Amino acid sequence: MKILVCISQVPDTTTKVKFIDDFKKLDTTGIQWVINPWDELSLTRALELKDDASNNIQTVTVAHVGLVGSEPTIRKALAIGADDAIRINADPDDAYFVAAQLAHVLKNESYDLIFCGIESSDFNGSSVGGMLAEFLNYPSLSSVSSVKIDNGQFCITREIDGGKEIVTVPAPAVAIVQKGIAKEPRIAAMRGIMMARTKSLKVVDPVAVDSLTEVVKFEMPKPRAACRFIDPENPRQLIELLQNEAKII
Amino acid sequence: MSVLIFVENWDGKFKKLSFELVSYGARLAEMLGTQAVALSIGNVENSELEKLGKFGAAQIINAVNDHFDVFDGQAFSALIAGFVKQEGATVVVLSNNNSGKAIAPRLSVILKAGLGSGVSKLPLSITPFIVYTKVYSGNAFSNLTIKTDVKILTLAQNSFELIETENKAIVKNAAIDLELASVKTKVNEVQKLSGKILLTDADVVVSGGRGMKSAENWGPIVELAELLGAATACSRPVSDEGWRPHEEHTGQTGKIIAPNLYIAVGISGATQHLAGVSSSKFIVAINTDKDAPIFSAAQYGIVGDASKILPKLVEAVKELKGK
Ligand SMILES: Cc1cc2nc3c(=O)[nH]c(=O)nc-3n(C[C@H](O)[C@H](O)[C@H](O)COP(=O)(O)OP(=O)(O)OC[C@H]3O[C@@H](n4cnc5c(N)ncnc54)[C@H](O)[C@@H]3O)c2cc1C
Ligand SMILES: Nc1ncnc2c1ncn2[C@@H]1O[C@H](COP(=O)(O)O)[C@@H](O)[C@H]1O
Repeated sequence: MKILVCISQVPDTTTKVKFIDDFKKLDTTGIQWVINPWDELSLTRALELKDDASNNIQTVTVAHVGLVGSEPTIRKALAIGADDAIRINADPDDAYFVAAQLAHVLKNESYDLIFCGIESSDFNGSSVGGMLAEFLNYPSLSSVSSVKIDNGQFCITREIDGGKEIVTVPAPAVAIVQKGIAKEPRIAAMRGIMMARTKSLKVVDPVAVDSLTEVVKFEMPKPRAACRFIDPENPRQLIELLQNEAKII
Repeated sequence: MSVLIFVENWDGKFKKLSFELVSYGARLAEMLGTQAVALSIGNVENSELEKLGKFGAAQIINAVNDHFDVFDGQAFSALIAGFVKQEGATVVVLSNNNSGKAIAPRLSVILKAGLGSGVSKLPLSITPFIVYTKVYSGNAFSNLTIKTDVKILTLAQNSFELIETENKAIVKNAAIDLELASVKTKVNEVQKLSGKILLTDADVVVSGGRGMKSAENWGPIVELAELLGAATACSRPVSDEGWRPHEEHTGQTGKIIAPNLYIAVGISGATQHLAGVSSSKFIVAINTDKDAPIFSAAQYGIVGDASKILPKLVEAVKELKGK
């Protein structure tokens, strides 16, 4: 069995984003790029599954659509433990473009399980996983919090509004993961970092695909009004304000 | 031409988010000079379906089928795509909840239609079609142009007001002809959280952080929530410690919510936490540290010890509710 983990790179989660070019572009100066937190957890889960020999997993590959500048992020995934990597050499225009590029490469490779994150913390918005599955005509499971392998089938827990469902699905499938998939992201050990340099990172040319959407402009959130402080000796005043001023209780 | 709204049901019933979707779709149809068509898949009684009309759906397609009481993203997407074509819909509206997130991207590929995820207001412009979406975990917003003829939007929960109309909808029954063999997922077990107000549905949320010190101190949070008809939530370290269940964790890596009122008690307000709650209409913070970042996101704040303040708030609400 072979597993593929799709990774996107995003600004470190504490970044205060700023824009340039009249709010058309992200200001990347000083940004520290990291593996999207969900993808780090998917990779961790993929490696855990591989560690269990009974699952019979040969390789865990990471795939990324991005320019050469994202190679350090890919190397980091290799250092954490992925066996090899594929980079599709294109600027990730929109989710449809990314999914189409991934699908094109994957058509000729057979991965049994593909992991995507529920959302990348930049701006595609929970799209790539489902789109990729549709391009490949694979089933996709969304909001996944646990993946186990049982007799060559995947046993998956997914969140639904108001609870959970435990489902089984045959290979190949796309699992779109969220909280719970792995406890803590695995971190790269010294040995992993050394080995990452020698692992295969295949660079693939993109195919022609038109994006369907385009960000024309970014905006900063409207500043909130200053906080109104209430006397801690008289919290009742808060309840009165919520009722009479804010009118929400 | 029409706006097609996919309205999911929960055991044959709709909820507030369904009516938000229809209100949104109806307004959008008005902007486009067309009509809103709601699509329901599964088993829903007519009296329930008619409620959708009150929020502005001109037509309701009732696609009845026992099998579709089980959710399969792939099958649902194929099915909805069929209705989009049949109705000649130019915009498809879904919720940005678990099922909407499972369907919308697949639908986007089938129809080659651009997707705007998690919109919270009507399009900023129709030609070109520009929507307003949250990016960088709520630290910014984007104006996103959807370039295709057919557009797909997912609406963020609790972001659009309910608008009631005089309208009465026509209910049309539709047959489903989809090969069931194509459904590959098999549901083995369903675990429902019964009797609780769902965090994502709640109008009011009372949330505790590490400043609550231990699981034993949660009594007043739960009590305050019960009195306010609110759901309870927590910060990530709290669910990591096992003080509260995981489904209560809000933030970038937990649930993203937008209640009318979010009361944050003993929560510092880290960016990753705010990423999950910053769309709340009102935020109240209770914290011993007057410099805690949560106060810059809050409209009302109390600087003080939660263990002293919460019981007083509980008393005040009890009096208000006449208990
Ligand atoms: C990749 C990543 C993702 C993350 N995702 C999330 C996420 O989704 N959600 C999330 O919440 N966190 C997330 N975090 C963690 C986040 O950075 C913070 O560590 C976390 O939110 C802090 O939780 P807290 O506010 O409960 O605790 P603390 O930061 O420890 O704050 C406790 C607060 O309680 C106050 N306090 C202490 N005693 C009292 C008292 N008696 N009465 C009142 N107030 C008191 C203190 O002044 C302090 O402000 C993430 C971190 C990373 C790196
Ligand atoms: N440029 C990319 N390269 C590879 N995978 C990606 C890329 N962008 C997004 N993904 C995958 O799609 C998931 C969801 O991203 P998004 O649709 O952007 O919210 C991410 O968690 C990744 O698994």
